[in-house]
Amino acid sequence: MARVAVTVPPSAKRGEIIEIKTLAQHEMETGFRRTQTGELVPRDIITGFVCRYNGVEVFRAELHQAMAANPLIAFTTVAAESGTLEFTWTGDHGYLANQKAEIKVV
Amino acid sequence: MRAAAFFFAVVCVWLQAAEIPLAERRSGYEFMGRETRAMQDDDTTNPALFSLLDGEQLWNRPDGTAARACAGCHGDAAQSMKGIAARYPTVAGGKPINLEQRINACRVEQQRAPAFAYESKELVALTAYVGRQSRGMPIAIEANDATRPRLEAGRALYERRQGQLNLSCSQCHDDNWGKLLAGSAIPQGHPTGYPIYRLEWQGMGSLERRLRNCMIGVRAEPYAYGSPEMVQLELYLMWRARGMKLETPAVRP
Repeated sequence: MARVAVTVPPSAKRGEIIEIKTLAQHEMETGFRRTQTGELVPRDIITGFVCRYNGVEVFRAELHQAMAANPLIAFTTVAAESGTLEFTWTGDHGYLANQKAEIKVV
Repeated sequence: MRAAAFFFAVVCVWLQAAEIPLAERRSGYEFMGRETRAMQDDDTTNPALFSLLDGEQLWNRPDGTAARACAGCHGDAAQSMKGIAARYPTVAGGKPINLEQRINACRVEQQRAPAFAYESKELVALTAYVGRQSRGMPIAIEANDATRPRLEAGRALYERRQGQLNLSCSQCHDDNWGKLLAGSAIPQGHPTGYPIYRLEWQGMGSLERRLRNCMIGVRAEPYAYGSPEMVQLELYLMWRARGMKLETPAVRP
């Protein structure tokens, strides 16, 4: 089971810019490395990340080789309304991770 | 004239080879960039987080033929393991022993389970989890009758030139800390946050793994994992950092 961690402020003022930090546990094997016997280690990376705020996509990222293991993605959005932020990571070999966080906007 | 120059050179060497005064010691943290420091400071962006969670799981999972978990004897790690990592390595029965070896000894003797391999994810995770319980506490290695011979052996190793580059640990970390080596700052070499998440490794690793990196760097043959030489060196380094605050699990570049 892939682990992910998300930091969202539990509450914010309407219209406030909030910072969201996400961390996903992943080796991010580039596909360029070889074993000691010369065989290519197959690529195994996270390829996509999406954040939806009450169903509306507010952030999307494409990930490629040469990105660090356990990628840390931090971004900002505007606190529009109370609700749920949904985070989805997708990747090679059927990798899928989901996380949700609640935010209260006053 | 030549005698004076020689005398001057001798004095220079003698002055340089001094230990760092206690008040001037600085953790590797202070040599890092702003971003790396921020990464370590925030528990939710410190990538060692996942290793800690793995460690917590291992702590609570019954294992071995005794079907006993660490928590079965030691209970809540937050209480029972508080301050433990600040006192390791230690000397038990005349032999130097580090935290990884202590955990494995408990596994073999109490849980009746096979020992974890050095640098295995499990051993690093469990060590990090135990180490985490002492974060913020001062390193408390004591020089007493039991530890002194091992400390001295560790110090001798630290000060001895080795490898094809013929360098001692002390020549970089006592005499030239703060300067640059291939663009990277030379820290003072205080093991304040092990096991660490090292960005260069893209993962977690122990102090012994880090020491092996340095030994390979000076083109010396590194000591085996868990060898008495390695643990004595760890012991000396922790004593050298006595009183400094433990940062486990630290992030390093």
